[in-house]
Amino acid sequence: MVDIGAAEAIPSAEVEDVELYHAKSWVTKYVFCQDAKVIAIQYSITAIGIGLVALVLSWLIRLQLAFPGSFSIITPSNYYQFVTMHGMIMVIYLLTALFLGGFGNYLIPLMVGARDMVFPYVNMLSYWVYFLAVLVLVASFFAPGGPTGAGWTLYPPQAILAGTPGQDWGIILMLASLILFIIGFTMGGLNYVVTVLQGRTRGMTMMRLPLTVWGIFTATILALLAFPALFVASVMMLFDRVLGTSFFMPAIVQAGEHLKYGGGSPILFQHLFWFFGHPEVYIVALPAFGIVSDLISTHARKNIFGYRMMVWALVSIAVLSFVVWGHHMYISGMNPPFGFFFATSTLIIAVPTAIKVYNWVLTLWRGDIHLTVPMLFALGFIVTFVNGGITGLFLGNVIVDVPLSATMFVVAHFHMVMGIAPILVVFGGIYHWYPKITGRMLNERLGQFHFWVTFLGAYLIYFPMHYLGFIGVPRRYYELGETAFVPASAATLNVAITAAALVVGAAQTVFFFNVIWSLFKGKLAGGNPWKATTLEWQTPQTPPGHGNWGKELPVVYRWAYDYSVPGAGQDFLPQNQPPAKQAPQAAPS
Amino acid sequence: MNITFLFLAVIAAIVAWWLAQQRLTAKPWLEAGSIGDTGASSLPAAKIGLGVFLAVVSSLFALLISAYSMRMEMGEWKPAPVPKLLWLNTGALILSSGALQWARVAAHRGRLDRVRAVLLAGGIFAFAFLAGQLVAWRQLDAAGYYLTANPAAAFFYLITGVHGLHLLGGLVALGRTMDKAWQGAKLDQMRLSVDLCATYWHFLLFVWLVLFSLLLLTDPIESDSGLVSLIGRIF
Repeated sequence: MVDIGAAEAIPSAEVEDVELYHAKSWVTKYVFCQDAKVIAIQYSITAIGIGLVALVLSWLIRLQLAFPGSFSIITPSNYYQFVTMHGMIMVIYLLTALFLGGFGNYLIPLMVGARDMVFPYVNMLSYWVYFLAVLVLVASFFAPGGPTGAGWTLYPPQAILAGTPGQDWGIILMLASLILFIIGFTMGGLNYVVTVLQGRTRGMTMMRLPLTVWGIFTATILALLAFPALFVASVMMLFDRVLGTSFFMPAIVQAGEHLKYGGGSPILFQHLFWFFGHPEVYIVALPAFGIVSDLISTHARKNIFGYRMMVWALVSIAVLSFVVWGHHMYISGMNPPFGFFFATSTLIIAVPTAIKVYNWVLTLWRGDIHLTVPMLFALGFIVTFVNGGITGLFLGNVIVDVPLSATMFVVAHFHMVMGIAPILVVFGGIYHWYPKITGRMLNERLGQFHFWVTFLGAYLIYFPMHYLGFIGVPRRYYELGETAFVPASAATLNVAITAAALVVGAAQTVFFFNVIWSLFKGKLAGGNPWKATTLEWQTPQTPPGHGNWGKELPVVYRWAYDYSVPGAGQDFLPQNQPPAKQAPQAAPS
Repeated sequence: MNITFLFLAVIAAIVAWWLAQQRLTAKPWLEAGSIGDTGASSLPAAKIGLGVFLAVVSSLFALLISAYSMRMEMGEWKPAPVPKLLWLNTGALILSSGALQWARVAAHRGRLDRVRAVLLAGGIFAFAFLAGQLVAWRQLDAAGYYLTANPAAAFFYLITGVHGLHLLGGLVALGRTMDKAWQGAKLDQMRLSVDLCATYWHFLLFVWLVLFSLLLLTDPIESDSGLVSLIGRIF
């Protein structure tokens, strides 16, 4: 350890202590609350609530695939509506909102040592606009004609033409809901970015931030720059649908009748959509990367391997993610040199990503691994992310993607890499921070049961799906019917996958039971049950009170990963612990 | 997408500049002890927040312009002649922006009476701009370039509309600032609010000038076809 400053000289408060907003009534304390911690809970509950709807939809999809035509409620129209809403909810309303709105709101102020977000009022608005977006989305289930069935990518022209389910109201409500979501997210995103930039407490340099904050920070910047593309696309399509413009609509003859549209370009929509859509993958992945880094370091009692490299990798992934969107459009009739460019940039992303995986593994190497529930989920994430990432390398190549693009292989790939992998981190994060949020531990046994069923079950669902894709089983089909190339055994496999999906889905009730039961009956956690170094575990109260820090903001003296430091009295040194008076002097580096 | 890439390059440059100041090559594991400078900016959070917000809005407009120029090359593109009124509107917006700049100077000199007067003038000019844009819409509509006539016309309404909505949002903020000025708020707070409004106004003026020149350069009458194709290639 090299002391770079006199330990006793506490730097003057360059971060001004802010005047806190104090709630005056029940409504302003729990409903229209400006405390980021309450907003985080509101975001999380809403996101998980709507996510459960998407989970049930996935069951219905699976039931149809396993037992085609056996359920009268699953008509072809319904099936497409279920698929569309399942995808849209999971990607945007669950994962994006939960990682940034939920984890971001709870962890950023606590981890950087701030009392709250810098613009608490805007932060509150952000949640309520998001809530409104979810309400509009839910309303589309009850609208005449039901929700849109255009697929989660909402490709025009078919998304707004007669014949597509939900063409009446569903698509309008969908687009309106997306526009609201983006407005709400922008309000929140400004808060997350500026709080990290300006809200850090004394001594908290960027390079002392936990990787969770780095992950959420970079993901938010990505989202702030990428969501406008979806915003533009949604507004333009809404114009096409409601006002009859032709931004995306070519001249179309439908049922022998010339439609009023003409002169628009569907490919333009695809460019805009995927200019948002690909960064979106990393908007979900980067916070997961950050959180998993902290979980692994804490539960292996070892400093994160290659901290600087982890930060640089996050930044390079963020930059690269803006130049790969074309790999979602290989089959749109793209100019071959473009395909080459996008394939190259896509494969290059594997480099910083692989650096991160190596660093996680090297952090575990000779660590004092505690197989706690959060650690199990973190390990599950690494395995799953590597699996999903490798099939991504296949699909990143144009010649491999073209035959596989319309098959179940793609479904298996993206569910592994941006479905299961981030969800495992969400669970890991919840098991890890629940004690801070509630003051009580989640039940360990139930947690282990939940992990193993979810983890193994996910593999039972998605591993065989890769195989289905290889033999040519198409995705997006309501019913396979009789095909020459698909063997009858594919149907058997589909039944097995559905059985696994039903079990995994049902196993989540164990998790919810655990969350509710532990709230009242869980073991008392104390302030720092995992013996972690980061600031959120050093709050004077658990759960942290309004304003987080009592009278004085914490002062940070070290980075976030001082685990098992040789010569230290305990195996972790909190970030706000000053260096010892007679610190053992290491050789100057 | 060239304009979007240009925009992203600018953002990347700003991010790189900022990252370069964050001691990214530090070895935090060796540096236990107090560090006085955390790398946070000395600017107030509100200004940083506005800066980030303007980056988001720039992204929105860069994408709109990209969509416009990509669409332009795809045929069946019959752009409307740019209404002459837009020149007048541009003048109003410049005056509005100038007035807010004046208010900023006055606020820093502590001349509250002048701040009030100039803020009011800035607001009136901004309203004049918006009213002028509406009249221009009606002129185009009357000339047969209604919203659904052609993608070019639709883009015109969309782009000017999005810009107008952003100005309208700015007017809400300006209204609150004027309220502060009349209520006699502290000069520090006044300065910050007026600063923020002026920055936002200059930004919207800049965006408008870019949009307006884009419209002019892609106008079939105002520009010869060679220039149009050149601009099409740049955007």
